[in-house]
Amino acid sequence: MEDAMGGLQKSFFIKARDFVHAGEASIRVQQLLKTMDFDPQLIRRVAVCSYEGEMNVVMHGGDGRLDMDLNREGLTLEISDEGPGIPDIELAMQPGFSTASDEQRELGFGAGMGLPNMKKNADSIAIESLPGQGTRVRMQFFLSAGGG
Amino acid sequence: MKLAEIARTLEATVITGADKLDLDILRCGASDLMSDILAGVAEGSLLLTGLATLQTIRTASIAGIGAVVFVRGKVPSAEVVELADAHGLPLVSTPCSMFVSCGRLHACQLKGLNGNR
Repeated sequence: MEDAMGGLQKSFFIKARDFVHAGEASIRVQQLLKTMDFDPQLIRRVAVCSYEGEMNVVMHGGDGRLDMDLNREGLTLEISDEGPGIPDIELAMQPGFSTASDEQRELGFGAGMGLPNMKKNADSIAIESLPGQGTRVRMQFFLSAGGG
Repeated sequence: MKLAEIARTLEATVITGADKLDLDILRCGASDLMSDILAGVAEGSLLLTGLATLQTIRTASIAGIGAVVFVRGKVPSAEVVELADAHGLPLVSTPCSMFVSCGRLHACQLKGLNGNR
């Protein structure tokens, strides 16, 4: 919904293990941003981060949600889930590290590049996770001049 | 290189997007790993893959891929074709292996996703 300051918030539910719909929330975020006057490179970076994060929730996270907050300061994506959590975040950030199952690998995921891709494409990333309680990934994007 | 030429070079069948055979493609990536595609700059590029899933189509859309070639004779399900249609993403299927597909297209001067040859 749009508020008086011209901000925009959107929330999407992400269902665990639902590979039929996995990625739809990120496609909707991408389509929404394309209707606005943003730099295509920024839209691409946001979409990649959103999609990698959404797939992480579908694969590992238990049910979760994607919250997008767009305001004059920038765009924030928050992806949170009620999954098992990440025991060692530093290890999970290493390119190639993956806990994906064979089934997930057969679908083309589990290369261990999800979190590294997100870190590369976001202007800032913060990950909070507690074993047994879930994970929250917050990514921020600065709006380039002329955008928004 | 036009998508029509690519399809001809790979002896490929056009599954959907017959109206987009005029699309000009300069770069190409080949992978069965979705994150590899997302890590590259893929805008308007060709994706060669052996994975014919819904996630292939969504990954291609997120990355801005221009067209998808399924190698090794893979034919996607009706749901996958329908989703590609909804995204305006042309799909073709070639009997060639990944290796042979890459070789033929490289010989036709297509570049990699990062612009290298």
